[in-house]
Amino acid sequence: MIGYILSIAALLVAIWLGVSVGSVQVPISTLWNTGADEIATNIVWKIRMPRVVLAGLVGASLAIAGAAFQGLLKNPLADPYTLGVSSGASVGAVATLFFGISVPFLGIYTLPVFSMIGAFLTMLLVITFAKLVDRSMKMETIILTGIIVSSFLGSVISLMIALTGEELRQIIGWLLGSVSMRGWDFVQMALPFVVIGSALLAWNRRELNAMLFGEERAKHLGVDVKKRKMMILIGGSMLTGTAVAVSGTIGFVGLVVPHMTRLLFGSDNRHVLPLSFINGAALLIICDLVSRTIISPTELPIGVITAFIGAPVFAFIFFRQRKKGGV
Amino acid sequence: MLKIKKLSGGYDHQLIVKNVSFEVEKGEMLGILGPNGSGKSTLLKVMSGILPMKSGDVLIDEKSLQSYSPKELARKMAVLPQLHSHAFSHTVRDTISLGRYPHQSGWFSSWSGEDEAAVAEAMKLTAIERYEHQLLDLLSGGEQQRVFVAQALAQQAPILLLDEPTNHLDIAHQKQLLDTIKTQAIEKGITIISVFHDINLASLYCDRLLLMDQGEIKAIGEPHEVVKKSQVETVYKARVSTNPHPERPKPQITILPDVKEQKDEQLITTENFQVTGDLVVFQAETQLKTWSSAVINAGSGWYRNFVNRRVDANYACDNVQEEMLSYLADKGFSEADTIGMMTAVQTKDAVIKEYDTPFGSIVIMVTAGVGNAVDVSRAHEIEMLPAIGTINTWIIINGELSDEAFIQSVITATEAKTKALAFEEVKDPRTGTIATGTSTDSVLVAATQKGTHIPYAGPITEIGKKIGLGVFECTVEAIQIYKIAKGWV
Repeated sequence: MIGYILSIAALLVAIWLGVSVGSVQVPISTLWNTGADEIATNIVWKIRMPRVVLAGLVGASLAIAGAAFQGLLKNPLADPYTLGVSSGASVGAVATLFFGISVPFLGIYTLPVFSMIGAFLTMLLVITFAKLVDRSMKMETIILTGIIVSSFLGSVISLMIALTGEELRQIIGWLLGSVSMRGWDFVQMALPFVVIGSALLAWNRRELNAMLFGEERAKHLGVDVKKRKMMILIGGSMLTGTAVAVSGTIGFVGLVVPHMTRLLFGSDNRHVLPLSFINGAALLIICDLVSRTIISPTELPIGVITAFIGAPVFAFIFFRQRKKGGV
Repeated sequence: MLKIKKLSGGYDHQLIVKNVSFEVEKGEMLGILGPNGSGKSTLLKVMSGILPMKSGDVLIDEKSLQSYSPKELARKMAVLPQLHSHAFSHTVRDTISLGRYPHQSGWFSSWSGEDEAAVAEAMKLTAIERYEHQLLDLLSGGEQQRVFVAQALAQQAPILLLDEPTNHLDIAHQKQLLDTIKTQAIEKGITIISVFHDINLASLYCDRLLLMDQGEIKAIGEPHEVVKKSQVETVYKARVSTNPHPERPKPQITILPDVKEQKDEQLITTENFQVTGDLVVFQAETQLKTWSSAVINAGSGWYRNFVNRRVDANYACDNVQEEMLSYLADKGFSEADTIGMMTAVQTKDAVIKEYDTPFGSIVIMVTAGVGNAVDVSRAHEIEMLPAIGTINTWIIINGELSDEAFIQSVITATEAKTKALAFEEVKDPRTGTIATGTSTDSVLVAATQKGTHIPYAGPITEIGKKIGLGVFECTVEAIQIYKIAKGWV
């Protein structure tokens, strides 16, 4: 319970800072004060608020997806980025732009949907290949597979960009990850998938607990492993795909947040999932704040900030797992 | 409860379990035995639905395994696998609580009082309550195993499948775990099927055993029907001997090593005897297999030192064993290695003789005090017996005796002793009839268990003849010495 209170408090603080701090300091009260300065109101509602909400949604999505992947693969180093799933989503997104795909009935959801498909296919590929290499799916095998797939997909993206010339150059900036200048459209684009994906994962929180003891054990405990696994894969891919579609590749959020959450509040997935969701949102809002203020007026890509925190955490977890004798 | 019908199954291209059929009753504990690779674990995996069955069927309560949903099955059958893996740190309580998964449903995991009670009981049964809030990976292997047993028990399924549950546990934990599980079978009627590596543990705890060989059933039945020397030797391809458990009517096996001992064969002679003021001591280089009715280390066993201690005629002690042990320890004889007897006669009066046989010699030692002679056929007429005077007879043999030969040696020696008393006309002072022995006689038969195999030792066997002659001669001589010492002649 204390975990939820602390996490929600942290999220509120993050939102407050995200809304008020910037090149122009704006009091948070502008949000509800109808008599506030018009410029301030515009800054808050048109620029800062959508940015904060989007950062929150992306952070939440990546964090809960990371927590679920870690549980599913029994691998503390798994996250959408290290597994190469983010790259898969990027390929999906870039391909949509590259081929100018538009599916009428999907409308604005075309991009996230193709992103998700890319994420899902990549996830299947990584798991299948890792299983072929080593039936026990050791921690290193999966991560190595993720790197292989990631590098390959990275070059596919580069190829597509090179072929299009100027037009997709802007994509490069987007690929580094950013939530700036997106507006409410992107929030609208992401929201339904974030809700559905998170619900899918949360539905399987107890099954994820059981699967931490191995698929065989989970089966003995009465888990319909095949079905549940598919649900988790779809949920995780949906969230990753959405996050990538709206903000590009932002690494390590799904690694850092669940890990910190476990460290602070224990590894019961019934709590790790929702808490990661809340804390992921808070973390990315703060990271975004830092990225746009630290060398203001220039903006750093948000992925730089998350990697700055994430890579050392990755190293630390890896070190500790190996010391412990591995998973 | 559980019926396995012509079950075959295994991995993708390999049939490992072939045409296996058996039934298990409610509350029964069935042990599955077999050498490595015989398909024990695979059978368990096919039975629990982890591996596909190629043909045949598994019926739980007359319903096919495949007709159960995963949760329904988990409510019927709990499984404890051989290897446990777990990622991340879980508390003991969280781990055990997972056992309640099949009993929960719905979006909100309503944790009922029933769930709580099941978890609490499982922790109590496995004695891990005090670790409740500890992290699993900080526990020892044995403690972790108990946590997983508790998880399976919390499932409260009427069938429990176990795959080598005592692996990596020390004997105290093995016993504790199997006691717990067996108690569940007896008290709650839980049906248990467990794979065992250890034949002795399986025999001791299971109602019935199933012996597998190359994926098929080699034998099934009660432990004494399955744990048979020839059967175990054929299936496991190892030399074994079976022997009874000291407390339960369950057979146990002992491995017979094929490694040759490097030590030279030592022959036993009268040279091995030493007689001092208080002791007649026989010491051998290596242990001898011994059957005796001695004060210290009676029964059968392997011993190196045999001590016949002279005690005063007025020797009286509340705890003879303890006094004797501390006396032996003082003299430098360890309890583990020594057989101890007592006599009231002078040690110098011990008669020690060696007899040659075609296969090797035997050495006989007799001390005889016949002040307490008794006619065994009239003993029922006498109420109180003074306990002074004893005939101690030792027979030490260079040869390898069978169990029968040991017992026959004792009979032959006893008959010869009785004949000696008659020859010397030793009488029971109370009845006036010829005595057959004294009230506290002891006998010891020891053999090197090397050299010639001696299957029998009755009176007309080569060895029986020498025992009869030797014991008779030695006893007669000892009685004569005793008579002279007492001034009877």
